[in-house]
Amino acid sequence: MMKENRKVLLISPSKILAAGFEGIFKDHGGFALEGVLTDLSRSSEVRLKNMNADVILVDPVLFDYSSRISGPAYLSEISDASIVVIQTSYLEEEVLKQYGAAVGLYEDPAMILNKLKTLAGTGKRTELADRNGLSVREKEILVCVAKGMINKEIADKYCISVHTVMTHRKNITKKTGIKTVAGLTLYALLNNLIDYRIDEP
Amino acid sequence: MMLAKYRERKTFSAGMKIADLIDFNYNLLTVLSRLGIGLGFGEDRIGEICSRNGINVDSFLLICYIYSYDDYIPSSEMISRADPADIVKYLHNSHLKYMKDDMESLEKNLNEMVEPCSWKHKSLISGFFAGYKQEVLKHFAYEEDTVFPYVTGLVSGNIEGEISYSIEKFEENHSNIDEKLNDLKNIVMKYLPETCDNVLRNEVLYHLYSLEKDLDRHTVLENSVLIPLVNRLEHDERK
Repeated sequence: MMKENRKVLLISPSKILAAGFEGIFKDHGGFALEGVLTDLSRSSEVRLKNMNADVILVDPVLFDYSSRISGPAYLSEISDASIVVIQTSYLEEEVLKQYGAAVGLYEDPAMILNKLKTLAGTGKRTELADRNGLSVREKEILVCVAKGMINKEIADKYCISVHTVMTHRKNITKKTGIKTVAGLTLYALLNNLIDYRIDEP
Repeated sequence: MMLAKYRERKTFSAGMKIADLIDFNYNLLTVLSRLGIGLGFGEDRIGEICSRNGINVDSFLLICYIYSYDDYIPSSEMISRADPADIVKYLHNSHLKYMKDDMESLEKNLNEMVEPCSWKHKSLISGFFAGYKQEVLKHFAYEEDTVFPYVTGLVSGNIEGEISYSIEKFEENHSNIDEKLNDLKNIVMKYLPETCDNVLRNEVLYHLYSLEKDLDRHTVLENSVLIPLVNRLEHDERK
């Protein structure tokens, strides 16, 4: 009926946490507990990569003192999901900063869901966008897009794969914040990347 | 910090004074005017004002919640208590306001802003805006001509000639109209020549941000309230 549920992966050895989250998601919808990993072994990592979760809930008990900061950073390296920490124990400010959000054990289920929802809407990677201008290749591709070429035509022109063209286009949008072809064309024209052909009246 | 926490928890109810509601979130002034509720309500409470204006109080509260909290998820109980006729009325009046007031004043501000620019830049910007406006018009026209009459018919129990339609079609085709608005925002903020006056530019930006936010809430109301409500009506109809 409504939109598909977002996939949540829980990493915690606690069966109580797993049952608790599963119950909350079942009652409220919007999210579904797709899997539970009880540790961070090699095989767990493979499952984590394959799952393609939208949100990863982490019990920080899994990290020892020395990896409490590098642990979450590592998770966000191997997964595109938003990483959320469950405050099962006291966490320093420094550690909390490594996560997209934190949820508490005594929090109201609606609050937890709202936090997850807000996070899932923003997407973690956007803030990592490069602050520099477009690269030479990106400008070339932007010009093609503005001229109305489709991805396949652009790929053929520069002897690159369609996948690479799409990556460039994604990066162009990340840097400029502009999503539509009409908007990109306007950008190209304003920056004199292409000529404006209509003559002045 | 205190304020943010307070805002997170506030519950609205029929017994609340409407003046307190507006004081809590003045953005709800637009909600009032779109529902045809005028100012000068003295100490009247939400329940009284709603019944005087023929609006279901649960519909009213639901709309207020959606326009007050970005991450608000209406419960299915809350949705089932709302009146689809109120929601359609609200959405329809919002469309009128977007097209009549917002678009026109935005266009006027934009034109003023690009006045010192070259002929080329002027025509580029106004051309882009015209394209956006056209897209929004088309989007609204579909809802006005197809979706709303269908819902109204369903509510009143006479669906003539619209039997083949179902809200599922709306759900599938409900397009995004926020992308071009977002693009325009980025262009005005980041890429216009320096000849444009900063004050005017800010004005346009404030306008774009508030329109973006308003349209976002509008979409939430359509997707999270209207569609489930109509789904339920259709279900009852088939019984």
